Formats: sequence, C-alpha cells, structure tokens
Amino acid sequence: MSNTNKNEWPLWEVFIRSKAGLDHKHAGSLHAADAEMAIENARDVYTRRMEGVSIWVVESKFIHASDPGEAESLYDPANDKIYRHPTFYNLPDEVKYM
Amino acid sequence: MSHKKFLLDYTLQLADDALIIGHRISEWCGHGPVLEQDIALTNTALDHLGRARSLYQYAAGQFNNLPAEEKKNIFTSVSLQQMVQAGDSINEDDLAYLRDGWDFRNVLLLEQPNIDWAYTVARSFFYDAFNYFFFSQLKLSKDESLSAVAEKSLKEVTYHLRWSSEWVVRLGDGTEESHKRIQHAVNELWAYTGEMFTMNETDTIMLQQGIGANLGEIKPLWMERVKAVFEDATINIPDGLWMQQGGKEGRHSEHLGYILAELQFMQRAYPGMEW
Repeated sequence: MSNTNKNEWPLWEVFIRSKAGLDHKHAGSLHAADAEMAIENARDVYTRRMEGVSIWVVESKFIHASDPGEAESLYDPANDKIYRHPTFYNLPDEVKYM
Repeated sequence: MSHKKFLLDYTLQLADDALIIGHRISEWCGHGPVLEQDIALTNTALDHLGRARSLYQYAAGQFNNLPAEEKKNIFTSVSLQQMVQAGDSINEDDLAYLRDGWDFRNVLLLEQPNIDWAYTVARSFFYDAFNYFFFSQLKLSKDESLSAVAEKSLKEVTYHLRWSSEWVVRLGDGTEESHKRIQHAVNELWAYTGEMFTMNETDTIMLQQGIGANLGEIKPLWMERVKAVFEDATINIPDGLWMQQGGKEGRHSEHLGYILAELQFMQRAYPGMEW
C-alpha cells in the first residue's frame, strides 16, 4: 500500500477527566489508526502537563450533533423559564463544582 | 580501582545509555510522520534525558567526592583534565558536554542512526524491553539513589515498552511494505542486542555488592518478551548469534562521534554558556 498517509487515519475526539470526581471534558481531537493509539496519542498530546487522570476517546464519526440551524427552536424556549433555576437555594461554600 | 570508582562507572554507563538514546529519539522532533507521533517521541526523549540528568547529577557528586589523586585517571578529555587540575568540581553538564567519545559507556545499539521509522521502533523496542526488566531489578538496589531513579524510570519505561511493542506489531502485521521494513530493521539491529546483557567488570562488582542488576537473569526474560511480540507481529527472530560489543568499554561506532559533535558543539565553542 504505497499511498498510506495520515489522511487515512480516522479522527478521534478526546475527553479528559482532570481529576477524580470530575467529569470527562472534551479536550480536542487527533488522528490515530485505532483506539489504543488514540488513547496513547491523547495521553501524549493532552496530558503532558498533568491535565488528566482518565481518558476517553471516540471516533469522531460516531458523534451525532444537534443542528446549529435549529438552535432557536431547541434552546431559546428555555430562556424565559427562570422558575427552572433553583436560584432561591443558598449554596454553602464547601460545595464545589455545582 | 576503588569500589567508589566502580559505582561511578556504573552510574555513567546508565547515564550515557539514557543520554544517547534520548538524543537519538529527539532527532525526530519536528520530523515525526504525524503530529501525534512526533509529540509521543519527543515525550519519550524527554523521559530519557530526564533520567540522564538524575544520573549525571549523581555521578558528578560521586566524582567530586573522590580523592584528588583518583580523579586524574578517570576522564581523558582535556577540558575535564583542566578542571581536575584546577581543583574545580564538575556538574551534570560537564559530564554530558565535555567528555570525549571514548569516555562514553553507552551500548552500541543506542547510538545507531534512526534511518527510518522501522529502525527507530525496533531499536526502541529492544531497549525498552531490556529497560523494563533492568529497572525492575535495579529498584531493589542497595544504593538508594539508583533505586530511586529505577522506581521513577520504571513507570516511564512501562509506557515506552507499550508504545514500541504496539508499533512493532503494527508494522510487522501491517502492510507488505511495513512488514519488510521492520523485519529488515530487526535483522540489522539484532547483532547489537547482545551487548546489553554482557557483564563487564563494573557490572560484576556492582552485582556482587547488591547494587547492580543481574544481566544474565534479564536476558531470558527479555528474549521471552521479544519472542511474544514478534509472534504477534509475524516477525522472524534473526539466526545470527554473533554479537557486536565495545560500547560499554568506550569503543564506539563512528555514529557516536557525529552525535557528540552536534550535542556538544555549543558548550565546546562557547564554554559555560547558558540560555
């Protein structure tokens, strides 16, 4: 196979958990030949400065996204429903990451 | 030769291995086949250079504590001889940048050129597999400094071995071209693998003192690992039994001279420069 090049490696989305107890957050994307390589590449590209304790990768083609063109109908209706926000609770300082 | 001199020699063998492979791998920086692998290799190079630094710092401390008379006969390079004569102490940089080729104790495998991705992967795999078992043993060393370096290195090396093993399989079990290249690289580098297991005088004395690793015990473990990975990769183990050696005694291939010329140029041309 003489025409092998990086374009043939699929794109992967990388999610990093920065420390135990927190959620995995989208960190970026990269190319890799398979899942193992994707995790290793993610380790090298995104966790070199101790940014993470856990990595998820998923091939980008498996991510289904909402249509930006439908943003108005999807999200605007929530705009004026302030009663959905529990703003009347006092949150103790000790509770973090809420 | 005093026992202290053997510990210094042993420390330098390990440090030189780390510096030379670290430098070789760092040559890929900016030239990797894809961005992600470029970063992966650069990370690995920094692991090796970090280990080299710890070991050179330790070696410099040992050297500075030697009796003045003994210091004279250890390094042949003029720059270091001058420092010894002037009664100056040396540091990690002096050991990396001011020693000449024949003072270096790295095994020949590690100074072999990158040539292509397959050579680079094969060289790393042979060394990573060795390192994995070597540092597992050195962790138990009676020498606390070496034991500490080994413990830290083992984590890094475990990852290096994972990376290089996967690439050996990926290339060996990949396309016709990739298989041809990795098998060729393995064939060419095979004769350099034996030196990792040769016990020279320093290795023997350090083992007797409970400081150094038993390379004879590591060899079958290494061979087992290599065979397992090569089986997955459909790579044949070369028949050749004759092995190159000399690096651990300071007899190097011409490649080391070119590495040092590039590595040491700045400190040689502008002594003591910093940035």
